[in-house]
Amino acid sequence: MSKMHLKLRVNGKSVETLCEPRELLIHVLRERLNLTGAHIGCETSHCGACTVDMNGMSVKSCTVFAAQSQGAEVTTIEGLAGPDGMSVLQQAFREHHGLQCGYCTPGMITRAHRLLLENPLPTEEEVRFGMAGNLCRCTGYQNIVKAILHASVEMNAARKPQVTEAAE
Amino acid sequence: MNDLSHDQRVAGLKGLGSSRKRVEDARFTQGKGNYVDDIKMPDMLFGDFVRSQYAHARIKSVNTAAALALPGVIAVLQAADLAPLGLHWMPTLAGDKQMVLADGKVLFQGQEIAFVIAEDRYICADAIELIEVEYEELPVVVDPFKAMLPGAPVLREDLAGQTKGAHGARIHHNHIFRWEVGDKDGTEAVVASADVVAEEMIYYHRTHPCPLETCGCVASMDKINGKLTLWGTFQAPHVVRTVASLLSGIPESSIRVVSPDIGGGFGNKVGVYPGYVCSIVASIVTGRPVKWVEDRMDNLMTTAFARDYWMQGKIAATKEGKITGLWCHVTADHGAFDACADPTKFPAGFFSICTGSYDIPVAYVGVDGVYTNKAPGGVSYRCSFRVTEAAYFIERMIEVLAIKLGMDSAELRRINFIRKDQFPYHSALGWEYDSGDYHTAWDKALAAVGYDALRAEQTQRVADFKAGKTRSLMGIGLSFFTEIVGAGPVKNCDILGMGMFDSCEIRIHPTGSALARLGTISQGQGHATTFAQILATEIGISADLITIEEGDTDTAPYGLGTYGSRSTPVAGAATAMAGRKIRAKAQMIAAYLLEVHDNDLEWDVDRFVVKGVPERFKTMKELAYAAYNQAIPGLEPGLEAVSYYDPPNMTYPFGAYICVMDIDADTGVADIRSFYALDDCGTRINPMIIEGQVHGGATEAFAIAMGQEIAYDEMGNCMTGSLMDFFLPTSWETPHYTTDHTETPSPHHPIGAKGVGESPNVGGVPAFSNAVHDAFRPFGLKQSHMPHDHWRIWRIANQLGLHG
Repeated sequence: MSKMHLKLRVNGKSVETLCEPRELLIHVLRERLNLTGAHIGCETSHCGACTVDMNGMSVKSCTVFAAQSQGAEVTTIEGLAGPDGMSVLQQAFREHHGLQCGYCTPGMITRAHRLLLENPLPTEEEVRFGMAGNLCRCTGYQNIVKAILHASVEMNAARKPQVTEAAE
Repeated sequence: MNDLSHDQRVAGLKGLGSSRKRVEDARFTQGKGNYVDDIKMPDMLFGDFVRSQYAHARIKSVNTAAALALPGVIAVLQAADLAPLGLHWMPTLAGDKQMVLADGKVLFQGQEIAFVIAEDRYICADAIELIEVEYEELPVVVDPFKAMLPGAPVLREDLAGQTKGAHGARIHHNHIFRWEVGDKDGTEAVVASADVVAEEMIYYHRTHPCPLETCGCVASMDKINGKLTLWGTFQAPHVVRTVASLLSGIPESSIRVVSPDIGGGFGNKVGVYPGYVCSIVASIVTGRPVKWVEDRMDNLMTTAFARDYWMQGKIAATKEGKITGLWCHVTADHGAFDACADPTKFPAGFFSICTGSYDIPVAYVGVDGVYTNKAPGGVSYRCSFRVTEAAYFIERMIEVLAIKLGMDSAELRRINFIRKDQFPYHSALGWEYDSGDYHTAWDKALAAVGYDALRAEQTQRVADFKAGKTRSLMGIGLSFFTEIVGAGPVKNCDILGMGMFDSCEIRIHPTGSALARLGTISQGQGHATTFAQILATEIGISADLITIEEGDTDTAPYGLGTYGSRSTPVAGAATAMAGRKIRAKAQMIAAYLLEVHDNDLEWDVDRFVVKGVPERFKTMKELAYAAYNQAIPGLEPGLEAVSYYDPPNMTYPFGAYICVMDIDADTGVADIRSFYALDDCGTRINPMIIEGQVHGGATEAFAIAMGQEIAYDEMGNCMTGSLMDFFLPTSWETPHYTTDHTETPSPHHPIGAKGVGESPNVGGVPAFSNAVHDAFRPFGLKQSHMPHDHWRIWRIANQLGLHG
């Protein structure tokens, strides 16, 4: 099958690769760009292990054609670390035992990252609803929810002084 | 270090009992785990299966010409290609054999017919589409009772005329085994003459462990040095190496099996699957690495289901409620091949723990294993071997008996519990329960949930319902379970002849850090964190300075792997014992350096101190260095130890779970209001991880009880082959859990730990199911089979006439 020239930005860097038009974004990320953080769990959009951020939205990259990502801005788990290593969210997952086998974790954190951009201070109910597209078989979600809620408080506390400065 | 207080030194170890944060998490949270599908090798090929569309059919022909003509397709393997190697069938862990690729016929939908090897997974999928299989349909049997009728279709033609199987006589052409334990005549006599007998058929439906990562492997045969490397999602890598050697004839020394990071197992990854065998053969044939990874549909339809037990029970009691006997017969649906992963001598696993937490004087269990046109498996889905089935059975029978007696089932449990002073307790079915304090746990649990107030609320709710003031019912689900885990003593527990010991090998480095390797393999349990904690307390080196390695058969000592909550009871014990060997040698070194007799020293957190002279001591760090730089008469240099631990007994964790739910009688929607879980897993290694295990296991229990199933239609079509139909709860419907504990150490385990990972699944399922039953008890419900999805709950209400 003839290949197409795919150009997009991944984790802030311009990348290009050849791929078949039918290739799924998750396969291009994992196998052509060697970004194996996002995983494949179901191939039917149910489990969310393959969640990445595309043009400011959480998408399940197992049901997105790579061709649909032409020119897109994509962020994967590999692009979420802060300048000093783990981000607040990543640290919160560790601190509150929000992961066990780790397979759902990259998709889970990538989704939580977008959720907190959409809703910086969610309630527990909003977190549970907003994360319902990502399945976890190990944790029962309780500590994932806890981690996200703690991270949101911490991130807001860090954000506030900047808001004040801007207002002044 | 000398300035630190005793307590500060203990805290610095991050040893037993500390909620140490996990060392695994830095890589997992940053997308740097290394799972099987992440492995990429030069020239690697991809393999995948042509699978049967039918549940029972003869294979007339397989036309591969078009597929082989497709650019990028390397080969297509069929049974005839494997037959010269003797690999078209393989032995199962249960003493049966299983087709690797269809040999003349198929016996379940999704069965492997041919293995396509191609340059990548897309070409592989294209080639599979191009392969034409011609079938001749045969009559299908999906009901184990119908399978045992005289005129039932013959499923396993390969067993024609065989009246004896791996576990004794076969009484029918679709019969696998009959396994009996206990006193049949004595039990039946008690049942015949009892004041009260409750009888019920309890069905524990077929389901699937469904870890988020499916099964897969990468096989790489290096033809230059003759070495085969196999990376895979293996819960028991050493056993896989042994099986691979026995099947292929390659010496074990030339096979390296590696379990990298595993994305959950829950029993699904214990067995050996056709994909592994075909990948190995394909790599040997092509001389290139071959990857095989299941998709979700393959996983749900073909690899290792769980449960599917029809349990006929009779429980006898006095009119005061004292249980006098328990009788049980199980019809066990094993599917097309008996591929259960149980210890060899236990074809129904440890189902005979079904007397539960109760002092029952006489009991009998008979289990008949039966072939049907369903996928093979019968693994333990987050439980020790068939323990979940046993716990569900007895916890339902208790409820059924309570109905018959008109008693409160909390009280019925209490008056029948094994008392604390009866431990070690010998059960009527032959187990020796190591330790327990059930009454204390039960009272704590009932008090914690405010049991009496809940019952009063429920009584009011029923009155309101009957008065037409509400359409909501309330159920209180009680469950008290005793597990049997930590298989097991080599004298009666083996898998394929391998005794079920486990192992730990420790090296202390000269500068006082350490490496420990074990025969187990973590799939999310956090072994790298917790085993370092066990060792830290034993040898006085901070857990942060101890690296744990598992899963590489070239480096780790032989062990039987991780399933059945056996890692802590068995490998955890080996770790403690190896640590004690290290400490014993360190003591001799300390005695030499301090110029005292060994017996003049005592251990203090992280050092040996001369008794009565606290200022004279040597720390483990100093002793580690001395082990490598001192010439000590009569003592070899170095500081290493290995322990192969053969447990003297199983361990018996227990717990009390209580679920409160509100049920809408008109829609069948059940809302879990609260779930309380008290666990007693003996000595607690890491409370944070224990709590996480309970949350996760309880969520699996919630799924199983409330909607998750592998269902077939009459034609043998699997109706639940994707996550569209197979229920995995999301964060939205998963309840909030309250955890609690008591601590009754195991008397025979070196640190008193019992294991916990599977308790919440074992205890959780009856708690959820009993809550549903309890809600309808006032309206006459005795038994309704799981899973209790909305439709089935609605149907209960409808059949009880609650819809007016």
